[in-house]
Amino acid sequence: MESDKVTADMVEAMEFPHLSQRYGVMGVPKTVANGKGVAEGALPEEYLLANIFALIEKEAGS
Amino acid sequence: MALLNDSVRTEVQKRLKELVNPVKIVNFTQKVECQFCAETRRLMEEIADLSAKLSFEVYDFVADKDLARKYRIDKIPATVIVGDKDYGVRFFGIPSGYEFGSVIESIVMVSKRESGLGAATKKKLATLAKPLHLEVFVTPT
Repeated sequence: MESDKVTADMVEAMEFPHLSQRYGVMGVPKTVANGKGVAEGALPEEYLLANIFALIEKEAGS
Repeated sequence: MALLNDSVRTEVQKRLKELVNPVKIVNFTQKVECQFCAETRRLMEEIADLSAKLSFEVYDFVADKDLARKYRIDKIPATVIVGDKDYGVRFFGIPSGYEFGSVIESIVMVSKRESGLGAATKKKLATLAKPLHLEVFVTPT
């Protein structure tokens, strides 16, 4: 909602086992950003944000 | 038979009194519905009935493939919470247990145009130059 660039999906892990397997979901909630895991478990907002932006910077650099 | 019992219905109705702007619940299923597709559709229909500010639309994943593409739906059951525009909020699979609350929260957020995120987070997200696709995997609890 804070950016038109963001799409946020809730995915029910049991119903889509192929996706859970692809991302190696061992614990929930597991957060995946642009196809890469960024958090396992419920992280405080600032940590989750930091992980997401670390990934974005890495993507921009590669 | 209804999926939501009277006490849940009353509770949700109370929460939905906060709605400001209309919200559209867009559901994708298929002609021969999978078990969770049918349940998700019925659940969303029942939620939509609880407030005059809510509307409900159901589409077929195969027959309405152009719309599915527009909403970037690649699997079903899928539910999109739409305000005056698509804010990118999607639920894949049946949102039961704790996630039922997440659906209600999302509806309220989209209706109020308020994500509830901190000021620093909002500022950072506003700087995004490229698409960011977040997927949060959950289990029914």
